[in-house]
Amino acid sequence: MSNKETVKKLLNYIGRYRLIMGLAMLFSLISVGLTLYVPILVGRTIDQMASDRGIQMANIYPYLMRIGIAVLITAALQWIMNMIYNRITYSVTRDIRNDAMEKIQILPFGYLDAHLHGKIVNTVIADVDQLADGLLMGVTQLFAGVATILGTILFMFSLHPTIALIVIVLTPLSLFVSKFIAGRTYRLFLQQSKTRGEQTALIQEALNNQKVVKAFSYEDQMLEKFEEVNERLTECSLKATFFSSLTNPCTRFVNSVVYAFVGLAGAFFAIRGGITVGGLTSFLSYANQYTKPFNDISSVITEIQNAIACASRVFSLIEEEPQVPDAEQPEELKNVAGNVDISSVYFSYTEEKKLIENFNLHVEPGQKVAIVGPTGCGKTTMINLLMRFYDPKQGTIRLDGHDISEIRRRDLRQNVGMVLQETWLKKGTIRDNIAMGKPEATDEEIIQAAKEAHAHSFIRRLPKGYDTMIGEDGGSLSQGQKQLICIARLMLRKPPILILDEATSSIDTRTELKIQSAFDRLMKGKTSFIVAHRLSTIKSADVILVMRDGHIVEQGNHETLLAENGFYANLYNSQFAM
Amino acid sequence: MKHLLVYMKGYRREAVLAPLFKLLEATLELLVPLVISSLIDQGIGNRDTGYVLRMCGTLIALGIVGLLFSVTAQYYSAKAATNFIKKVKYALFEHIQKLSYSEIDQHGASTMITRMTSDMNQVQTGVNLTLRLLLRSPFVVFGAMIMAFTIDKKMALIFAVMIPVLCVIVFAIMLAGIPMYRKVQKKLDDLLFITKENLEGVRVIRAFCKEDGERKRFRSQNHSLTESQLYAGRISALMNPLTYIVVNAAVIVLLYTGALRIQGGLLTQGAVVALYNYLSQILVELLKMASLVITITKSIASGNRIYEMLSDGGNEENQQNMAEKVEKSSGEDDDFIRLDHVSMSYAGAGDESLTDISFSVKKGETVGIIGGTGSGKSTLVNLLPCFYKADRGSVTIDGVDVQDYRVEELRERFGVVPQRAVLFKGTIRSNLAWGKADATDEEMMEALELAQISDYVSQEDIGLNHRVEQEGKNFSGGQRQRLTIARAFIRRPEILILDDSASALDFATDARLRKAIREMDYHPTTFIVSQRTSSIQFADKIIVLDDGRAVGIGTHEELLKTCEIYREIYASQFKEEKAS
Repeated sequence: MSNKETVKKLLNYIGRYRLIMGLAMLFSLISVGLTLYVPILVGRTIDQMASDRGIQMANIYPYLMRIGIAVLITAALQWIMNMIYNRITYSVTRDIRNDAMEKIQILPFGYLDAHLHGKIVNTVIADVDQLADGLLMGVTQLFAGVATILGTILFMFSLHPTIALIVIVLTPLSLFVSKFIAGRTYRLFLQQSKTRGEQTALIQEALNNQKVVKAFSYEDQMLEKFEEVNERLTECSLKATFFSSLTNPCTRFVNSVVYAFVGLAGAFFAIRGGITVGGLTSFLSYANQYTKPFNDISSVITEIQNAIACASRVFSLIEEEPQVPDAEQPEELKNVAGNVDISSVYFSYTEEKKLIENFNLHVEPGQKVAIVGPTGCGKTTMINLLMRFYDPKQGTIRLDGHDISEIRRRDLRQNVGMVLQETWLKKGTIRDNIAMGKPEATDEEIIQAAKEAHAHSFIRRLPKGYDTMIGEDGGSLSQGQKQLICIARLMLRKPPILILDEATSSIDTRTELKIQSAFDRLMKGKTSFIVAHRLSTIKSADVILVMRDGHIVEQGNHETLLAENGFYANLYNSQFAM
Repeated sequence: MKHLLVYMKGYRREAVLAPLFKLLEATLELLVPLVISSLIDQGIGNRDTGYVLRMCGTLIALGIVGLLFSVTAQYYSAKAATNFIKKVKYALFEHIQKLSYSEIDQHGASTMITRMTSDMNQVQTGVNLTLRLLLRSPFVVFGAMIMAFTIDKKMALIFAVMIPVLCVIVFAIMLAGIPMYRKVQKKLDDLLFITKENLEGVRVIRAFCKEDGERKRFRSQNHSLTESQLYAGRISALMNPLTYIVVNAAVIVLLYTGALRIQGGLLTQGAVVALYNYLSQILVELLKMASLVITITKSIASGNRIYEMLSDGGNEENQQNMAEKVEKSSGEDDDFIRLDHVSMSYAGAGDESLTDISFSVKKGETVGIIGGTGSGKSTLVNLLPCFYKADRGSVTIDGVDVQDYRVEELRERFGVVPQRAVLFKGTIRSNLAWGKADATDEEMMEALELAQISDYVSQEDIGLNHRVEQEGKNFSGGQRQRLTIARAFIRRPEILILDDSASALDFATDARLRKAIREMDYHPTTFIVSQRTSSIQFADKIIVLDDGRAVGIGTHEELLKTCEIYREIYASQFKEEKAS
């Protein structure tokens, strides 16, 4: 994305607030004008003080009055202006964050699975924060700065065109100087942000898995690694900070040269009577004010460049291709029976590595399909397709005769209950977590579901029972307890189709047996897909899909597969080889 | 924030020199109005062009010297700030390494990460700006007052009244701002958490059609962040207008009294111009300060967050200091590991997770731990390497309480395969080196073979140097688990802990793994946590946990006779095996 496009998009966001933006700009113009008017008033007052003419206090009052009024108005306008700029900045960043989140909710799994979540989080949080800083500086200072420069030029010309010309010719010097330095330091900043990224990655990895670090007494090595990156970061950060901080002293030096020239020219004109002492005072004050925005602008520009880089990362997330939208006129899904029909499905995550080829399966309502195969054979791919987390490259999957790409994802997923091996609990109370699939559930229903999942007894013993807060990453709940809560979710919802991906892998067998009977009751008359490695589960299945390296190699029931004496028979027999 | 300043140690010289050179530069700048004043009074007044030229030359000379001073100041401040933050970062990272498991649980990873990254950046910017710019402004302001006194004592009283008022305004705004920016940072933490949670739970969220709810949740949190930002901004937005009013009020008073005193012949026109120039200098400094104050307020808020974490916990350090008194008191009995009436509960949890557990283990024995979900199996094995501490009772190894060991000395004896299979960015080789830093290729292959993954690794396009992405993303769950098993094996640990480490393995692989462990060429003292009796039935000792209590300890045969719960567990699986 080019900078131009990014800025354009950013302006689009700002455009929503153009009314108050216009107001702020108007206020900015007025306050700049008044700020510049004050030195003139001061100059005139000082001219009234030339002692040889004798001072008329009465002549001074009106000027003082005018200064006072101008100052009060300026202050009031500035305050309102600051608030408006704050509002615009934080509203824009809020909108951008909301849009980013909106996009995250509809991003295809292909994107989410392929990108590090830490990086996406960083874009939504840290990058947008950086953008806010840059934007705030930009809107408050850039416009006011330009207005001040133009205004000062105008006032200076009205005071004394020749001296004004000197100032105008000399000042761009400071711009050249700052541009020169910025150009030289850009590389250093790149280096710094690269190294900083490296350090952040290390920090995230270490702190997310701090317990493993400790278990292996790897703290010292981690510290060493960290120190090494930290050293390098300090070095390039020192360079970047120092060289970029030269801008300010250098431009200030240029300013003092300009100031000296104004003094010189002004004094000569004053000696010849071309300008009054008061006029010269105003002029010097302008020369001072005139250069300040130049300094500001140069530092604002670095900040803005940084903000644009951050914005382009956010925008490219926001503009990421979303998942295929739901069909425009979706077929209605009512009273699902659980008839699943998969015909000539082809699927692969990448072009190079073919996975599922010409897969056909017909499941009658109430049938149980077991998916078996060695570790890492791609069993979850099946679930990805059934839940429509991924779409097949070719072929169709039908539910009760409806092509699942023709119905709303919502309708599909509401009819399919899923428990995955990797449990995930939301931060919140146990009650909220169980009620996830049915927010309107009553307390009785929730407790009933927890009882069926055999989670009730341990939940009851928690300090606050069902209202116990679950912390980040499930807090101190054990893996098995988390799985029980996930199962309770399903028990509450009782969907017509079930997908269980090693849903009981961390649950003890005694409890599992009890849950199994609850599952059996739940699954009666419902279609279920089960990824499992327990033979009892597999054997009672109506259809067994045997997968290997992502392919479906065999398909049939226990007896027919054993008779085939193929991969399944092999797997089955190895169970007794131990 | 001020507590963090100890990390400035070693760079004190820079931290003092930077503002000092700034002071010198500011002093030079304060001379400028004096030069202008004499240029007006003497140069223009006497129509002396030579004098005018000399004065302008002086201005340029002041500029050059000022440039040199300020470049020096920038260098020292950059050096002090970057090195300061380096030390703080190191200190916090080191501190986090020392946190105990329960302290890690309490903090949570998200906030540790934000404090290590964005809060640190904020503080670095703050320190750098403080050294470079913030200290300069008070110099200029107070310097201007002193210069004013040299010009005219009566007139300088205006400065003496105005400056305290300005100080009050600036400090009041800063003080009011700090807690607000702290709140903003906290809300940013929360927003980060929601984003993270949404990405990690995306499958469940979509499966339950919760996208709308999550959107709403994010929106409302985001909205509340915006509100806090605006609220904090409202206060700092006052800074500019208020100081502008105060300084200009002083200008009006100056002009008025100046006119009166010129009338009385007590003051020259040039002096009034000089005094006015000092006031404008103060105003310019205050304008600069306004944006600085926001940055610095933010960085103080961040600094406090860092200090808060630094000063909290780190219990394991104390243990190291006590390590000296460890002396092997063994000899009398041959019990290697002994638990004596151990109870333990997690911080913030209601009931005890383990209650009154006692048993002992001889060297080389295999101990199976079995029990229901949440019965305390993992908690029990976590007590052995002292990841968590027992609340009551004692855990001893070789007769010494584990709490009295030097932490590294204790943990070096363990090989742990945790429940969650975690790999680190690098290569297969670098991950295995976690277990043993100087392992040879042969040792590595041997460990991989034991863990049933050597077939995979020895494929042509894989090998020991195969890349491992962050969090092991490029491996399947089962592969990750087997690699973590190899990582523990390679150490040839004295004590091996397998905490339900085969959950992602299919039954055939699991069976081969158990066979391999039984046939190892040495016999580590092994603790196997499992759900299945088949994994532990050959153990020398089986501990049956129910609800945190040991309801049975003995061999498979003994327990079948004496322990009701064990019988039930066995029966539940036996049925399955019979069925097959």
